[in-house]
Amino acid sequence: MLETLTAHQELTAALATQLIDQALSAGATDAEAVLYEGDEFEALVRKGEVERLKESGSRAAGLRVFLGARTASTSTSDLTPAGLERLVHGAVALARVTSEDPFAGLPDPTSFGQLSGELRIYSNDVDDLPAAERIALARRADAACFAADPRITNSRGGSFDSGAGHKILANSRGFVGEYRRSICSISASPIAQSADGQMQRDYWYSSARSAAALESPESIGAEAARRTLRRLGARSVPTQQVPVVFSPEIARSIVGHIFEAANGSLIYHQSSFFAGKLGEQVASPELTIIDDGTLVGGFGTAPFDGEGLPTRRTVIVERGVLKSYLLNTYMARKLNMQSTGNASRGISGAPGIGAGNLFLESASPLPPASILAGIKSGLYVTELIGQGVNMVTGDYSRGASGLWIENGAWSYPVEGITIAGNLREMFQNVTAAGNDMVFRSSVASPTLRIDGMTIAGS
Amino acid sequence: MSHQPTNIPSGTQQHNSFGPEHRRYFFDTFGITERLLERCLGEALSAGGDYADLYFESIASTSIGLDESLVKSANQGMSAGCGVRVVAGERTGYAYTDDLSADRLLRAARTAALIASGPAKEPVSGFREKTQQNLYPVLSPEGDADIASKLDLLLRADRAARAADSRIVEVRASFSDEVRRILVAASDGTFASDTQPLARFNVFVIAKDGTNITRGSAGGGGRVELDYFLTEKTPEGFAKEATRQAILQLNAVPAPAGEMEVVLGPGWPGVLLHEAVGHGLEADFNRKGTSAFSGLIGQSVASSKVTVVDNGRMPNRRGSLNVDDEGSPTQETVLIENGILRGYMSDKLSSRLMGIPETGNCRRESYQSVPMPRMTNTYMLAGDDAPEDILRSVKRGLYAVNFGGGQVDITNGKFVFSASEAYLIEDGKITAPVKDATLIGNGPEALKFVSMVGHDLRLDEGIGTCGKEGQSVPVGVGMPTIKLDRMVVGGTGR
Repeated sequence: MLETLTAHQELTAALATQLIDQALSAGATDAEAVLYEGDEFEALVRKGEVERLKESGSRAAGLRVFLGARTASTSTSDLTPAGLERLVHGAVALARVTSEDPFAGLPDPTSFGQLSGELRIYSNDVDDLPAAERIALARRADAACFAADPRITNSRGGSFDSGAGHKILANSRGFVGEYRRSICSISASPIAQSADGQMQRDYWYSSARSAAALESPESIGAEAARRTLRRLGARSVPTQQVPVVFSPEIARSIVGHIFEAANGSLIYHQSSFFAGKLGEQVASPELTIIDDGTLVGGFGTAPFDGEGLPTRRTVIVERGVLKSYLLNTYMARKLNMQSTGNASRGISGAPGIGAGNLFLESASPLPPASILAGIKSGLYVTELIGQGVNMVTGDYSRGASGLWIENGAWSYPVEGITIAGNLREMFQNVTAAGNDMVFRSSVASPTLRIDGMTIAGS
Repeated sequence: MSHQPTNIPSGTQQHNSFGPEHRRYFFDTFGITERLLERCLGEALSAGGDYADLYFESIASTSIGLDESLVKSANQGMSAGCGVRVVAGERTGYAYTDDLSADRLLRAARTAALIASGPAKEPVSGFREKTQQNLYPVLSPEGDADIASKLDLLLRADRAARAADSRIVEVRASFSDEVRRILVAASDGTFASDTQPLARFNVFVIAKDGTNITRGSAGGGGRVELDYFLTEKTPEGFAKEATRQAILQLNAVPAPAGEMEVVLGPGWPGVLLHEAVGHGLEADFNRKGTSAFSGLIGQSVASSKVTVVDNGRMPNRRGSLNVDDEGSPTQETVLIENGILRGYMSDKLSSRLMGIPETGNCRRESYQSVPMPRMTNTYMLAGDDAPEDILRSVKRGLYAVNFGGGQVDITNGKFVFSASEAYLIEDGKITAPVKDATLIGNGPEALKFVSMVGHDLRLDEGIGTCGKEGQSVPVGVGMPTIKLDRMVVGGTGR
């Protein structure tokens, strides 16, 4: 184990409540404090050589104060008494200049709460792995790429990353809570070269709360190599309309767009095409979309949200019907609804909206092979680039690469094309969903087939 | 704003009146001494290595936001820390601390030193401090300019946007600024410090006409202070521009799909260069042979009308720096000259390993980040064509004048950028506005199809943020009006 940099005295809930007391003494009518300490480790090995080794820890404090209906917030990395004094007085002074907003304020105390029971979101087993072993995991992942095929000629490296965080949240209405989360991952990013000189890259990874739950570096390297090699020889295709099949790791972005469209902030700002659509059919009746911050061991699980409300399971879309927006306290008040416990709170600023574990359930899931089998000519998307998504209008246009589908099977790799449509229609036009959903991060989706999109190419 | 960035006098402002003050800041505030810097560098090289540096950073930032005609949010942040880097061959060890006590700094240095394994090396003794350019004089180094004046900017933008058109139903505005102080000390004797202001104003509006709802946004800034928004770029200007875009979109038709002639307007469409060639010319990708541009120096990668530079020394620009994050002075670097690839953007590590000139392009998001070669302000030099002639020459195509972001796959060269304001060109005339569409091309090929280059070079308004390996840094882009004979437009129409 490397010498740790986080040998400071640990942050405590007592410090958070002390900050709140200081804020109230300085004139705040309400206050909320958040403390965070974390550490990170990164080892990157490329072509057998350690290219980068990083290890460190950091701490920070954030404070949000209310002066009646006015609010402001401050944050600092200076946790000395003088630094915290500046944090408090800065916040109170700043709040005096903002506007009165009758909707501003901390949540009602009756809504506070935390999940009980073992959530399995923290493991310290990575601490028992000596640095040399962590480096070895990165080295093995990179080596497995090169071992897979002689056309793997280069790489952007294999890596082992780990981190742990400790978060404390407290407010002047009586909430005090804290939790720790850990994450570690192994990844590989090989580069393949074809005889004519074309280069392609791809990657693969495994993430887990505990080092013991990671997949083997050999399997990650082999999968990364397979994904990279299948892109060699990619070419463009003519402009046309065909069914588009999103691989599970890419379909996650479509599920993410449904979450965004239901984001309470966009809703009350009239900035989402889901505004005013509660109770309406917004997607294929086959689809149910769920956000669940309570899943044991989940990548998006926490005992409480950024305002001290217990996380929960929210059905956003049920069999295609929009059932709920995602809300924090402020947006819920604006829309005359109840918070869904989706407040996300970093160190600085006011709470935003964040997902827990977000996923899609299909009423009639199919094996991915049978989804392909039904397509005479189509596109299987393995990568999307660019940000061409407009949540106000739903207009969607992104760069894509993947595999051409011919007569129900993968044929040749394609790139240099765009796929375009409108999300309102795309959600309705999901004509098949796979039975292959796996949580590799906090958002998960099975394979999805969407009809009616336009491919632009040569 | 400067419309002729090539005319900027270079090297005319050699005296930096803030030089001693930068250094004093870390010495006075955190008790750092030259002796301590030397001890840390000695500790960093205690297991060998070729080079070590210390990067001290202190940032004070403020952001305020307006929504529904109310100033609903106000945030202030303070952060300070130091990153220690040890380089041994191609290996980098890195550690950082947000506690700047001697004990913690030495501990970070020892952690970073674990990358090397050999006999201790001695840093050169004595630091050398060069006189610096002063591209962005700082008038209020504490970042405490009158908060009431900043709030007033937001309220002015709100009034202007609502007054501009009755179909504007939502207005949000934000103003954020920061002052970043840095001090770099390295084992090669480098000692540099800087105070870097950065400010940005943004307006976002929603227009509604029946069931038709659209958005518009506009913003700008740079390494400037409050005064810039009171005199040169006013909130009313940004509000009008955001409103114009949203109203225009109310009548937009679907963008066409397929390969066609594309004319890009001046200024921000220069994001094309950033994605198509900029990232691919960062030295680290080329050192590792992972870029589609690897090994192409001296070869043709664009039409002979194309000359592209990266210039970190333009006064008050968002991407400018007096010194880069390794303490080296920034410069103007020719990347592509008349279509021929001339050079890469490099840092000390790439320069040493590749035997190429160091260009002052080393940047990092914060003291917690390992630095790497990055762009500053990247733009194409002006050509001879009149913009009207360029448009007139197009039979059927797309005229794109404003963009959202872009992205590139360095290895296969494929890049995209998304038009947020574009029009159809039919028989040489601009006709209907089109909906958002992504354009896609191949980096080493795309600029070979540039057939006309306008004389109207313009830099963007100061809104660019570039992401690489998870690190964000402010950048600038620029371009004259240009015509590409072919490019794929990703719409849904015909």
